[in-house]
Amino acid sequence: MEALVSSAIGMMTAAGVYLMLRQRTFPVIVGLTLLTYAVNVFLFTSGRLATNMPAIYGEGAPGYSDPLPQALVLTAIVISFGMTAVIVMMALGAFLEAGHDKVDMNDEDTPTDGGQK
Amino acid sequence: MMYHWISAPVLLPAIMGAAMVLLMRNDLLLQRIFALVSALGLLAVSVALLIAASNEGPEVYKLGDWPAPFGIVLVLDRLSALMVTLTAALSVSVLLYTIGSGWDARGRHFHALFQFQLMGICGAFLTGDAFNLFVFFEVLLIASYGLMIHSGGRDRLRAGVQYIAFNLVGSSLFLFALGAIYSITGTLNIADLAVKSAELTEGDAALFRVAAVMMMMVFAIKGALVPLQFWLPGTYSNAPGPVAALFAVMTKIGAYSIIRFGVIVLPPTHPITGTLIVDLILPAALITLILGALGILGATSLSRLAAFAAVASMGTAFIAVSGFTPESTAAAIYYMLHSTLAGAALFLISDLVSNRRAHDGLHQALPPIAQAGLISGLFMVSAIATAGMPPLSGFIGKLLVLDALRDQAALVWSVILVTSLMIILGFARAGSTLFWKAHASAPEGEAPSHPAQALAFVGLGSLIAGLVVMTLLAGPIIGWIEVTAESLFDPAAYIAANQLPEGN
Repeated sequence: MEALVSSAIGMMTAAGVYLMLRQRTFPVIVGLTLLTYAVNVFLFTSGRLATNMPAIYGEGAPGYSDPLPQALVLTAIVISFGMTAVIVMMALGAFLEAGHDKVDMNDEDTPTDGGQK
Repeated sequence: MMYHWISAPVLLPAIMGAAMVLLMRNDLLLQRIFALVSALGLLAVSVALLIAASNEGPEVYKLGDWPAPFGIVLVLDRLSALMVTLTAALSVSVLLYTIGSGWDARGRHFHALFQFQLMGICGAFLTGDAFNLFVFFEVLLIASYGLMIHSGGRDRLRAGVQYIAFNLVGSSLFLFALGAIYSITGTLNIADLAVKSAELTEGDAALFRVAAVMMMMVFAIKGALVPLQFWLPGTYSNAPGPVAALFAVMTKIGAYSIIRFGVIVLPPTHPITGTLIVDLILPAALITLILGALGILGATSLSRLAAFAAVASMGTAFIAVSGFTPESTAAAIYYMLHSTLAGAALFLISDLVSNRRAHDGLHQALPPIAQAGLISGLFMVSAIATAGMPPLSGFIGKLLVLDALRDQAALVWSVILVTSLMIILGFARAGSTLFWKAHASAPEGEAPSHPAQALAFVGLGSLIAGLVVMTLLAGPIIGWIEVTAESLFDPAAYIAANQLPEGN
């Protein structure tokens, strides 16, 4: 199980980083989503992998599965979900305003107008 | 004595922000009144906390009354109280400017987002738990995304996408670091981490080093340290002026977190990480300063110039941070206070200029703007402060940094002094293009007109007044900061305040 989980994290991270370095916003967002999946699974394993163990340690229990990483993962999932929603909205807005979805700003040399338009 | 008030800097903006969204969505006047009341209330509370923190030792607020390290705690000590006070003071000035210049009428929900941003910043300064620090980072970031694209525009939206993407990567990195640290030490409470990480076995050392460096990288993203500074110039120069001014305190969160973790959890005497953190930060900080100075020399517009000035000031602050001695940390804290006020003033001036003419580009001289005399005077004062020329606080700050790093004088002194000259040149060029050459290209007769916006100038003036106060009262302020830095380097009181159970 350790090999399966760790290779899954590794592959999701690699795919996420690759997609994140693309030039269009859509692959970048998919890459960021993959990266957050990898993070969530990684956080889950930080309490050690244990199956069929009680979350609360009691007398005679063979061991326990740490409940804290599960709480951390829940927080991380909610936050990354919200952040993904924000970046999708923003990317859509930028696409509609600019007419294309390139990530880099190659018209950087024009002076800013201080938001007058 | 101040026990329950410690949570006020987080709760007050949170309640105000929610009330603005739910109850006064359509009434800008009411929003303005409540935003000012909230900011002034925050300032009053933070000053009271500052006085309490300087009279007593660190105090811990247990959220939900759960004991550390199982519950989340807020820790009030001299440094966190000082940073919260700085945030509150900056927020009052920026709000006055925003209301005076009418920026909040150019889009919706400005004030609610502003309150949530304050909540995130104050929470990040106060928290005593590493995962809670992540949560407050996200709170301040999600509010900053909304503020950054306030009033929209093509360039602003596209810069916003880059800004969010960069910070999402940073957040993922932070979670990786936290997961790794939790799997090694079994705790995320900062004081508990300090105790546990010093007792780690050799087998966990490699993973702990990786996690520590990942954590520092996250703070370096926030603090715009090379090579993680790419988001800053585009974001700050495209954000609305007052928002960029508020963001001036956001980079300081990165520096604050590095001081907090670098001194308490990962000091240079740490058995596992040793001087690893110092060795990474010092070269990065030197390059940051050089890059910032080059950016100031080559800036194409006043807002980009102000953004690169923010990069350069973070370089100087991080050089001082990398000393990890009480003297250098005191210098870093004083310089951070100064550069927050000076950087914010520059962004507001750049906004004043771009509101009064077609653009704030530096490639050609345009006719003079309305109130040119006053604005150019304010520009000169904040340029002197930013460049670190006497008599203002930038000079004192740089002097402290140089004095604290005497033993590395050859490298550090030459970089700081040469870049100071470059920064002076950059500001002189910008000022002469914007304000002096303007008269040469002006058509005779007609005087430009623009509403006076007295309140905007009050907001900007209060920042400049803050710089003057920091200069005049430099002695007492530095004395207070030195005690703060010494207490940071003796973390026993900080750890004891968390009341950790014995041998857990």
